[in-house]
Amino acid sequence: MEILNEFLKTKGLYILVMILFFLGVYGMVLSKNYMKKLMAMNVMQVAVIFFYLCFAQKDGAMIPIQNGLTTNPDAYINPLPHGLMLTAIVVSLGTTGVAIALLMRIKEIYGTVEETEVLRRASK
Amino acid sequence: MTQHAPVFIVLLPLTAALLCMLFSRIHRHLGGWIVLASIAASFASACTVLQQVVASGGKAIHYWMGGWAPPIGIEFVLDPLNSILAVVISFIALVSCLFSRPFLKDEDWIHIGGFYTLFGLLEVGLTGMIITGDMFNLYVYLEIMSLSGYGLIAIGGRKSTLAAFRYLLIGTIGASFYLLGVGYLYSITGTLNMADMAQRIAPLITSPLVAMAVGCFIIGFGIKMALFPLHGWQPDAYTFSHPGAAAFIAGCMSKAPAYALIRFLYFIFRVDNPVVSHALDFIGIMGIAGMLIGSVMALAQYDFRRMLAYSSVAQIGYIAIGVAMGNMYGYIGAVLHIINHAFMKSALFLVIGGIVYRFGEVNLYRLGGLNKKMAISTMTVTFAALSMIGLPPMCGFFSKWYLLLGAYSGKQYFYIVILVISSLLNAIYFFRIIEQMFVEREASLTEIRRPETKLGLPIEMCIPLFVMGIGILALGFMSSSIVTEVIKLGLPEVFLK
Repeated sequence: MEILNEFLKTKGLYILVMILFFLGVYGMVLSKNYMKKLMAMNVMQVAVIFFYLCFAQKDGAMIPIQNGLTTNPDAYINPLPHGLMLTAIVVSLGTTGVAIALLMRIKEIYGTVEETEVLRRASK
Repeated sequence: MTQHAPVFIVLLPLTAALLCMLFSRIHRHLGGWIVLASIAASFASACTVLQQVVASGGKAIHYWMGGWAPPIGIEFVLDPLNSILAVVISFIALVSCLFSRPFLKDEDWIHIGGFYTLFGLLEVGLTGMIITGDMFNLYVYLEIMSLSGYGLIAIGGRKSTLAAFRYLLIGTIGASFYLLGVGYLYSITGTLNMADMAQRIAPLITSPLVAMAVGCFIIGFGIKMALFPLHGWQPDAYTFSHPGAAAFIAGCMSKAPAYALIRFLYFIFRVDNPVVSHALDFIGIMGIAGMLIGSVMALAQYDFRRMLAYSSVAQIGYIAIGVAMGNMYGYIGAVLHIINHAFMKSALFLVIGGIVYRFGEVNLYRLGGLNKKMAISTMTVTFAALSMIGLPPMCGFFSKWYLLLGAYSGKQYFYIVILVISSLLNAIYFFRIIEQMFVEREASLTEIRRPETKLGLPIEMCIPLFVMGIGILALGFMSSSIVTEVIKLGLPEVFLK
């Protein structure tokens, strides 16, 4: 039981994040609807963001605002991964925007967003 | 002024691309000219930087953004390896930007403005990826490159939307893997600067997290550079992209990730440790499979563009085995092949662009007797095809020569066998084109646009075609000086011991 608790405490979160990431990849590869593929892509991107946020955490540390009480870096959590992930969120927003615009064009051209149907009509 | 040259490589096209729509609104051709001028300025800055680097004996130029010293600030680092690639990429951007103008002659302002905005941003992404010295900054440029690339592929016509969407899905998986790899490295070293990372990673190199990161980078960059089993997006994307931008997309978009892979494996992780040498074996197997299967698939195509796309899969395989050899000659061969293949593939796609512009025809077997109608195009296609096969004095011969030397000095003789087989397959499918164009009787092609000049194409298309054709020949004659005066100045530290 001790081992299990220790395992869950140290690695459990990362395993959940990995499951989420590969769930996203799985959805993108196997689902037959382009809109679902797009949603799976977002799940995958969110998993990467979670991963960064997870390793930035620290027990008993506070938010990185200088309050005059301490200058010890161990008392603060690392703000850099959060800053990076703000950029990654913007990138993922841009990607999703482009993807939805393309999907609208696909719907206009082929009249559907089901993969098998689109491929059948495209090969004609 | 010259101390700011590194940042101008990226900054000028970025500014011009963002202002392009506004200027296009004022006059529909103004935006395009501004982007063209900015890319020319970017090329000039890249040449200045290369000249400075070579003059100082290969000492890297560090440009700190806003004066913040790394590892806190973001820096651009220009050493001999990436300054020559920046010159090559901005040159091809300049040439194909000029080439794309006749395609957009009759469009309205929003199409012209949109096209050149995306074109400028693609140049920003590629050159930024090449010259940056920060790992997360590389991710941002990778995404700028990819997003503008998706746009340029999607405006190619009816079928291109689907190709762009599928590339977007696969490309995002690649970018996410790269970001994951950066996360692993950041969590154990606490830095994002490449030079700093190279020092801090050395004692930790046996950590399993490093192995994970190397795996993530190979998958991520492998998808972006269309390394063999991960190349599924590439034939459709190259085939259906906008004919004016296809030369730039096909020539350069797979080269920047290939450069990044070399940068990570040779300069940051170093190749002299067990983790990376195992990874190199995998890259080698992928490269060999790509060289053989890409060439065989190229033989089976009758669409000129699709044949070249599969040929790209094979050529990326050459770069991959050069990387996988892990010795100095293999490294030189890989870098030289990045430069040469960028030239050859863009030249071939420029030729296709010209044929599509005048006749709207892409079927290989309907191009008989083209030498009488389009003299310059057939000259360029001959030079590029001979270079792809690897006949001296074209540039393609020299990179293959260095790859052979690498395989010989590393005692990896099976690479020599594969190189010879793949070159023979190349010869089959490229001589097929030359035969069609020069020997077969004239096919009846309907002109969809007037030729305008005696050479068969508008003057704005003839100049790029001529420059690229001569460029392939010139690159062949200059290749010994490129190797001794540039690439050998910037060898990774591993080979200097």
